[in-house]
Amino acid sequence: MNQSGWTRKHLLGVADLVPEEVELILDTAHSFLEVAHRPIKKVPTLRGRTLLGLFFEPSTRTSSSFEIAAKRLSADWVNFSTSSSSLRKGESLYDTARNLQAMAPDMVVVRHAFPGVPEMLAAEMDCGVINAGDGAREHPTQALLDAFTIRQAKGRIEGLEVAIIGDIEHSRVARSNVSLLTKMGARVTLAGPRTLLPAAAESLGAAVAYSVEEAVAGKDVVMMLRVQLERQHRALFPSLREYFDFFALTRERLAGAKDDVIILHPGPMNRGVEIASDVADGPFSVILDQVTNGVAVRMAVLYLLSIATTEAA
Amino acid sequence: MSLLLRGGRVVDPSQDLDASRDVLLVDGEVRELAESIEASPGVEVLDVAGKVITPGLIDIHAHLREPGQEYKESVLTGTRAAAAGGFTAVVCMANTDPVNDNASVTEHILAQATRHGYARVYPVGAISKGLRGEELAEMGRLAAAGVVAYSDDGRPVESSELMRRALSYARHFGLPLVQHAQDLPLSGEGAMHEGEWSARLGIPGIPAAAEDLMVARDVLLTELAGGRYHLQHLSSAKSLDLVRAAKEQGLAVTCEATPHHLLLTDEEVFRSGISTNTKMNPPLRSERDRQALLEGIADGSIDCVATDHAPHHVDEKRVPFNVAPFGIVGLETAVGLCLDRLVAQGVVDLSRLVDLLSCQPAKIMGLPGGSLRPGAVADVTVLDLDQEWTVDASRFESKSSNTPFDGWSGRGAPLHTIVGGRLISLSASE
Repeated sequence: MNQSGWTRKHLLGVADLVPEEVELILDTAHSFLEVAHRPIKKVPTLRGRTLLGLFFEPSTRTSSSFEIAAKRLSADWVNFSTSSSSLRKGESLYDTARNLQAMAPDMVVVRHAFPGVPEMLAAEMDCGVINAGDGAREHPTQALLDAFTIRQAKGRIEGLEVAIIGDIEHSRVARSNVSLLTKMGARVTLAGPRTLLPAAAESLGAAVAYSVEEAVAGKDVVMMLRVQLERQHRALFPSLREYFDFFALTRERLAGAKDDVIILHPGPMNRGVEIASDVADGPFSVILDQVTNGVAVRMAVLYLLSIATTEAA
Repeated sequence: MSLLLRGGRVVDPSQDLDASRDVLLVDGEVRELAESIEASPGVEVLDVAGKVITPGLIDIHAHLREPGQEYKESVLTGTRAAAAGGFTAVVCMANTDPVNDNASVTEHILAQATRHGYARVYPVGAISKGLRGEELAEMGRLAAAGVVAYSDDGRPVESSELMRRALSYARHFGLPLVQHAQDLPLSGEGAMHEGEWSARLGIPGIPAAAEDLMVARDVLLTELAGGRYHLQHLSSAKSLDLVRAAKEQGLAVTCEATPHHLLLTDEEVFRSGISTNTKMNPPLRSERDRQALLEGIADGSIDCVATDHAPHHVDEKRVPFNVAPFGIVGLETAVGLCLDRLVAQGVVDLSRLVDLLSCQPAKIMGLPGGSLRPGAVADVTVLDLDQEWTVDASRFESKSSNTPFDGWSGRGAPLHTIVGGRLISLSASE
């Protein structure tokens, strides 16, 4: 399918990807989409490879998506459960990395609450490392599947106007998306309560708006972020109902967007908090397409990185 | 015991001197400075032709970790690091285990220092018992045991009331209060400076205002209570403005800056690949703050340079950035960095650097030294301005190697460290 110059062994973030690499991932993902429609949803591409899922933070959606992607490629997927493991006994991340390395996996998919952990693993291990979310910093496969979904719906990314709305400060989804979408030629506007915007939000490379109406005006794409309910306790906003009143995406607030606007959400959604149910389930929503595409995009990433690890071996 | 330093250039701002002088040290004191001194019999002669002789450099902000955290550092290794770095004396902070909030701990530290003797050690006593910020430590008994200042460093004194009482009570003993100024609730879980780079890296930020708030409060309390107030590791431009205003008002307020805040910015966190050796408190700030600090050391509003030498074990630093301990080592890199990045770049001249690293530190803490006037203590540092260096953290005398400067190179380094008239040799093992 490609001898097309993919050289990376790790996917630690989207920040250092060049547009050609992004295109390659999206094109590769496109070719994997049809696997989901086969009677036997499996191709032999990664047969004999051992992939480790290392989720230090609870994750159902992303870890399942990766696991399905791995299995559809015939890889052996092992979940290193961090809740019942040696980590609970005080083992350091450094030792965990060295112990896992000693089992000679081909790739590790890692999620952790803190930025930079994927780099730490990549430094200690010989295998490929995929960042499945490091704190508030990066979530590269999410941004890639969002870009894929946007391209699928709009036929392009370049020149599109995109709004990302919600808890920007704590969102790796927002950071990776701003980085990736601007790289691919879209213009991004960030919005949300001021208490949930980073102090130097404009330095992320996006415009900043302070109301949902202002943010969605004239947009091709509106991406809503999940509100993490515990933020309320840190005095970042007063209540969920007030959040809905002022910062949620409702049909009325969507009126200023383009007629063919699409709505994305990385999930899991809080209906009635950041998004109204009729918008989430409405004609503009591509939220379930994101989930479907996520598997294909992750298959593409696993496949491309495996080429690099094979060639390096 | 006599030592004659021959052929050097003496740079001693305490007597406004920058000239070729021989220096004779006898019985622990500076005996004589003259253009040429004959060596009497029994006088050891050290040829320092082409080198610079300065009053012994003093680091008024170091963590020697003894007692209780000897796996990070000890009085022995910390003073060896000091001597290797050109420092003849270090002031060590009270956040040991147990805390230096009572005379027995002070005496223990001083006894260890006497036993090893690579550099003078001046302990700081705690402001509050156990650094808990609740009750005053026994400041009088600590002073009698030999502390030179009071500080809860590592923890700011949060209670304004306690800080006021501490400033007031410390006046009885004539010692300064030394503050790590930081509003803790505003800092939250912050791990780096709040700004462009924290936004981009998704790492919780510590706004400069967290420092500014407590500096402003402390200046007001110093006005209210009197006493001497010394601000540690000033890092923000606004805090510097507050210190300037306090000085203009005539308050006894002084401050220090560290080499890392003078040379690095928050971008270093990104550039280093989120290395935990770029994590310290206060954090590396913006370029604007850094430029303000450079102005401050040049115009005198920053009184001195101190390292905040904060050793941590490699296992403690080899964890995710957000949860790594704050702090880096500094004793063995400070002088070289200052000579190459500050003096050679024209930020300050050599005389001002000696003022920043010797005269002012001695004055702020009321220590012997900081001068080569006859009669002064015979603590001397000899610098070789032509010595090329490359930092190799694996070869530090310190037990720890947590530095963001590993691999840096430059020109100009400490050559000899002389304490009480005795040339310190690090090769002689105990």
